[in-house]
Amino acid sequence: MIVFLSVIGAMMVAAALVALYSKDIVGSIVAAGVVSLFASLLYLVYGAPDVAMTEAAIGSALTTVVFLFAWSRIREMEKNPSDEEGKR
Amino acid sequence: MIKRLLALALVLVVAFLVFPLFAQMDERAEVGALAAAYLSDGPALLGAANLVTAVVVTYRGLDTLGEVTVLFAASAGISLVFGTLGRGTRSADAKNRDDSRSTGRQPPSELVETGAALLVPLIFLFGVFVFVHGHLTPGGGFQGGVVIASGVLFAFLAGTLHHAPHRLLGVLEIVSGAGYVAIGLLGVWLALGFLDPRFLPLGEIGRLFSGGAIPVIYVLVGVKVGAELSGVIDAMRQRSES
Amino acid sequence: MTQILSVLSFLLMGIGMWGLMSRRHLIKIVIGFSLVDTGVHLLLVAIGYRTGGTAPIVSDHLPAGLLSERAVDPIPSALVLTAIVIGLAVTALMLSFAVRMYERTRSVYIDKNKELKW
Repeated sequence: MIVFLSVIGAMMVAAALVALYSKDIVGSIVAAGVVSLFASLLYLVYGAPDVAMTEAAIGSALTTVVFLFAWSRIREMEKNPSDEEGKR
Repeated sequence: MIKRLLALALVLVVAFLVFPLFAQMDERAEVGALAAAYLSDGPALLGAANLVTAVVVTYRGLDTLGEVTVLFAASAGISLVFGTLGRGTRSADAKNRDDSRSTGRQPPSELVETGAALLVPLIFLFGVFVFVHGHLTPGGGFQGGVVIASGVLFAFLAGTLHHAPHRLLGVLEIVSGAGYVAIGLLGVWLALGFLDPRFLPLGEIGRLFSGGAIPVIYVLVGVKVGAELSGVIDAMRQRSES
Repeated sequence: MTQILSVLSFLLMGIGMWGLMSRRHLIKIVIGFSLVDTGVHLLLVAIGYRTGGTAPIVSDHLPAGLLSERAVDPIPSALVLTAIVIGLAVTALMLSFAVRMYERTRSVYIDKNKELKW
């Protein structure tokens, strides 16, 4: 069990570093979702199944989707520059 | 470069100061006194099988009411920011709609459309199951609400839902928010205090109609969280085609 | 076992804080906040753990009388439940501000938004 937890922990730290240092933004968003997924696994092992379910649904799914929606809005604005600046 | 070194130095100083706190944390063999009181009295006093639900709804019920309020404020803020976004670009979009420099979104494939037609009702059913059974199995209002919001997101991505039904979502939020406070006030009149769920019969542990008003509160919380997160997802997604 | 989780949460908080102070890309700053959040939640769950403990749910395998000896602390689970949902709301709000900042300054790096710095 200790070995299993240490391996999961090491993978979490590696994914967190990838999320912050990667050049590709979509890759770093997905890596942040992977950190949440491993955290959900750890919550289950430590006797908190409610928290594991919540973290898997919110951290892995909804947070990643919200990040991707925001990034795609930024990319859309980058490709279609408007004639005037944004309204105040 | 200097700023980066300063940031690193700051993080290291804080880590050095805080590290003994983390290293000396021993594994506990007994839970604290308050937790022991909740664990021994909780099931008999409240009739809920899932003790975390009993703590969230009853013992710390006021925190849950505050959380629902914070969620409402955040979703209102997000709708406000995204509602006024790109007012200046909308005329430009209409002008070069025929231009091939659009975002190039492809219509969803047939697999996604067929899968959505089959799966979205099942996802909603699962979400309702999770928050109705919140006092019996791991789960509850927040998890069920998030599952329902994921189902709505799937419907958006597959193209079966084009516009979110804003009036329906607004009515759901109003009814569930007011209902939550109304049940709390009913607790003042019929039981021992605000948000005391014992004015409905307690039943026996493990059955669906047990735990007093805990299932009713969690159903309302689940509906409210699902409606709010659906509104947030609708505000944030792109509308490059109408 | 608690030490593993507390050291891991400490590392995540440190990495998140370092990332949020040193990165210039708006999305990475928000990812840093989200990592600090995850670290704090891990720490709270680690505090509630008890040796050989299991989930505090009454079932056929765990009658109500044995809860005091076998179950973990239910209070940190309840607090983390609230905190995760609020973390999502705050992250979504931060991202909406990031999109607004991009619309105003046309740059996804925070270098163009230095009006508050001295």
